Amino acid sequence: MAVPPFERFYVEHRDVVFGFLVRRVGRAQAEDAFQETFLRALRGWNTLRHGRHLRAWVLTIAARVVFDAAQGPPSNSLLQGDEEPVEDGRPAYAELAYLADELPPTERAAVVLRYGYDLPYAEIGAALGSSEEAARAAASSGVRRLRRKEGLR
Amino acid sequence: MTKVTSDLDARFRTAAADAGLLDAAYDLVETPLGTLLVAATEAGLCRISYDPEPDRELEQLGRLLGTRILRVAKPVDEARRQLDEYFDQRRTEFDLALDLRLSADFSRRVLEELARVPYGETTTYGRLAARAARPRAARAVGTVMNRNPIPIVLPCHRVVGSTGSLVGYGGGLERKEQLLRLEGVAL
Repeated sequence: MAVPPFERFYVEHRDVVFGFLVRRVGRAQAEDAFQETFLRALRGWNTLRHGRHLRAWVLTIAARVVFDAAQGPPSNSLLQGDEEPVEDGRPAYAELAYLADELPPTERAAVVLRYGYDLPYAEIGAALGSSEEAARAAASSGVRRLRRKEGLR
Repeated sequence: MTKVTSDLDARFRTAAADAGLLDAAYDLVETPLGTLLVAATEAGLCRISYDPEPDRELEQLGRLLGTRILRVAKPVDEARRQLDEYFDQRRTEFDLALDLRLSADFSRRVLEELARVPYGETTTYGRLAARAARPRAARAVGTVMNRNPIPIVLPCHRVVGSTGSLVGYGGGLERKEQLLRLEGVAL
């Protein structure tokens, strides 16, 4: 599946992303986060190798934007993955982020949104266009896969 | 579902263009000849299409220029303004940067010659071929005209057969006639 023109991707996902952001940070801050999310998507667009799972892709960008905004500038720790592990669990997750990169996209999004950003399953399900149960199943199968991989190393 | 407001939508689109993140921007422009799809890169105007089917058009532009394509009014505003003036008979020459990278060598040379054919005058395929240093290539010039990526601004409607017949037009003969009449050419 080829990478579509950005216009088509944007029109297809703008309302889902905006709804997700409104739920996360409220309407007032959602507008800035929305713009930032799609600008990041544009910056990363040429690294896409195919046009599958774009919804999961853009939602993980949106979650990262929310996370970065909560951290305040200039922290970009999750992107860099180079911060010391601390108690709140997120930078610790960063140590595992490279593993999540190898997961199938839906599992990856579910794992990232659940363990990277602490989203409840109901919301992950809504974001991914599936149910709470499906989100839970995707996250736990992702985690099982990660454990197997980790076991192999 | 929470919908994006048109204001927020427009702000994102403009920000994307201002940040220089697009391979091309496009918009739809209303004219007496119908709706046109007008596209521009950072380098200049690259495409005007009659009767656009945006989906197909975007696929094509995406293959040729890159897929970071977004509908944004601002990068196309100057072309829109000049087209409006042209159709209002307040403008006889376009003053727009053009991006002809979609055309290969010979085509580009022919299109550059075409740009010099003045408002309200016609030339022939053969004469245009001669000016592009390929006097026997009248037929090839016809093909270039037919595939002109930027009609109206690059005035392929001013190129007619050696007998004065209109021959053909990518946007349909009726439009060629309309454009020539607008420019005061007696048909």
